[in-house]
Amino acid sequence: MSPLVLDARVTLEQVLIVGAILFSIGLYIALTKRNAVGVLMGIELMLNAVNLTFLGFARFVESPRPIDGHVFAVFVITVAAAEAAVALALVVAIYRFRDTIDVDRINLLRW
Amino acid sequence: MVIAFWTLAALTLGSAVMIVLTRNLLHALLCLILSFVGMAGVFITLSADFVAVVQVLVYAGAIAVLMLFAIMLSPRSGRDNAANMLQLPALVLCGLFAAGVTFTVIETDWREASRGSFDTTAEAIGQALLSPFVLPFEIASVLLVVAMVGAIVLVREDS
Repeated sequence: MSPLVLDARVTLEQVLIVGAILFSIGLYIALTKRNAVGVLMGIELMLNAVNLTFLGFARFVESPRPIDGHVFAVFVITVAAAEAAVALALVVAIYRFRDTIDVDRINLLRW
Repeated sequence: MVIAFWTLAALTLGSAVMIVLTRNLLHALLCLILSFVGMAGVFITLSADFVAVVQVLVYAGAIAVLMLFAIMLSPRSGRDNAANMLQLPALVLCGLFAAGVTFTVIETDWREASRGSFDTTAEAIGQALLSPFVLPFEIASVLLVVAMVGAIVLVREDS
């Protein structure tokens, strides 16, 4: 039987596929948005999808210490918070110097 | 549990798609918060109660408010949610990525455990953070301090 058939319980494959789709949407947002805050939204979605796969593996896969996936997810959330703080401070600083946060127009380092 | 999982997953994915489609950056931010909250619900269906609470606190609370401040501090004309020229290549790339991961997920044998759901996770996470993961835990605290100081230095007005 295919693992994708909707039987009585959630399986690891379904969780991983939801995570993959969410990661793809986040990647699309991060690649196509012109606003720097929009790009950051995509990155946060990608980190969120990775957390979902961590928790799915922790819940479903045989392991001597299954709680380690949760600890890893907590670390990912910590790093995401630090990264969001620094990135948004960069956005405000760039707006102060360049009067725009359009990432297509912040091309000072272009060769 | 299956109905709850699929409802919350559909909420999360639907609001993530709405971030792409909506024209206003503030509406995109509201969709992002909805996506984070739906993802916290998905975490609860995976019996990850502690991570779900942290998700609501940090993502839907702190990061969303930070983004709101960044949007409000940027010009009104910069609040559109327009896309750049990369739409078609990005769509192809993301479709290929999702298809590749889905294929791998279905084709791999994951050695699934018959163990049931966790009862509570907060106690076990706390003990894991303080015995095998002490060093990463301390490094994370240093990272948070450095990020906070860095953010303050970046936006400080030079007098």
